[in-house]
Amino acid sequence: MKVYLDNATTTKVDPRVLEAMKESFLESYGAPTTEYGHSWGVASLDALERSRRTVAQALGASLEEVIFTSGGVESNNMAIQGIAAAKRKGRIITSAIEHSSILNTLKALERRGFGVKYLGVDRHGRIDPRNVEAAIDKETILVTIGHANGEIGTVQDVDAISQACQAADVPLHLDARYSFMWENLDLSKVGADLVSVTAHTIHGPKGIGALIVRKGVKLEPLMYGPGTEFNERPGTANVPGAVGMAKAVEIWDPRDVERVRGMRDGLWAHIKANLPDTEPNGPEEARLANNLSCNFKFIEGESILLYLDMAGIAVSTGSACSSKTLRPSYVLTEIGIPAEKSHGSIRFSLSRYNTDEEMDYASKKVIEVVKRLREMSSMG
Amino acid sequence: MYSEKVMEHFQNPRNMGELKDADAVGKVGNPVCGDVMNIYIKVRDNRIADISFKTMGCAAAIATSSMVTELAKGKTLDEAEKITRKDVADALEGLPPIKMHCSNLAADGLKDAIRAYREKKAGKTGERKPAPCRECPLMEACEHEEG
Repeated sequence: MKVYLDNATTTKVDPRVLEAMKESFLESYGAPTTEYGHSWGVASLDALERSRRTVAQALGASLEEVIFTSGGVESNNMAIQGIAAAKRKGRIITSAIEHSSILNTLKALERRGFGVKYLGVDRHGRIDPRNVEAAIDKETILVTIGHANGEIGTVQDVDAISQACQAADVPLHLDARYSFMWENLDLSKVGADLVSVTAHTIHGPKGIGALIVRKGVKLEPLMYGPGTEFNERPGTANVPGAVGMAKAVEIWDPRDVERVRGMRDGLWAHIKANLPDTEPNGPEEARLANNLSCNFKFIEGESILLYLDMAGIAVSTGSACSSKTLRPSYVLTEIGIPAEKSHGSIRFSLSRYNTDEEMDYASKKVIEVVKRLREMSSMG
Repeated sequence: MYSEKVMEHFQNPRNMGELKDADAVGKVGNPVCGDVMNIYIKVRDNRIADISFKTMGCAAAIATSSMVTELAKGKTLDEAEKITRKDVADALEGLPPIKMHCSNLAADGLKDAIRAYREKKAGKTGERKPAPCRECPLMEACEHEEG
């Protein structure tokens, strides 16, 4: 049996997505630049704008607020660097557990003289909205945080955080790559000014995402060229990607979220009941439905990952031993998990393609593998 | 990608488990670093008559532990003591560069076991500290105490 449980990293493309993209690759492949040109281009532009509408509707945004990008990393860079370049100086507030596309961008800005405040999180990875409020000062030009954390699944209180930002009139950027479609995010209700989303975590293609730029937000573009995507992003648009992303959104069934949540809870219940010295990472409530992260004491994550792979199961680990820098996951470190525990951390991330049979098989194999490695271990 | 040999030893580790009547135990590594190795030896006529390991660690740590037990079994203490980290890595058809230091502790573990055996023979008793880990790329930032 093959069981893919690394869906927070990336997902399988839905065959219906691939089918929808084919037309764009093989028939309507003209450049989507004008509605007054040849029919190839007009058909392409039509497909692009229909895709834009679908993405806009999914987030409660309007059509001209959706900028297609190459994915979440570009969207995050575009939002943060775009605000920084437009404001020229100032201070940005973030949290210590954000994705490297946020943290590394901010480090680069620090080298250019911008100030950055890294807010701490509690042991479940939650940002206290009061800390956001307290950190905002006159110099603050942006608050940038993840709607949900991809590693430990924590969903932030974006209502309260956005209220704090709105009260102080500071723009809020939400990195919603992990929460997109999994969590409700209605921009007609939540006051976020910039939102990053991507397609490849919801069974869409890689290489396409979007940045939602609410009306009135001034961004300096990352790149310059022909005036496409409302002058925010140049280049011939990735129409097949946009069509694929829109299809992935269109066929998303909210009932799958609850089914996945049930499978995730079942997997954890089974693991917990059979393996002592195993602790969950992240919160019980307000957690992404497809995320399970835990640490197994006395053993190391890379070994668990490789043994599970031999059993046909894909997972990921926050262990230092499987990172290129030999440092443990900073997210786990920030929520107070010491290195000797984070070495044994494993993330299981599910998708709608997983089945109950797969969960039975996976939990059985996880228990086997952990017991075997503990037999081998010098610890415990 | 690990070599086939590493994966084979990782999947089917040789001489795994505690030797109940071991003459000496070598200990190396630290839980903070993620690799902790115990090497158990039984010595007859100055030869390693039996050897086993227990290891917490990554695939490389487990494979090197397994390999060092194979390399050392039957050798005299003087011969076994000469087994180097490089010998272990070579016998495994190489290790990823990043793993050469942190997970390639098995030769140090074996040396520590032999040292422990000789100390015991010489009548030295008392609690032994684990052997310090050397050549670690994280030594500067490392929070654990040197052995």
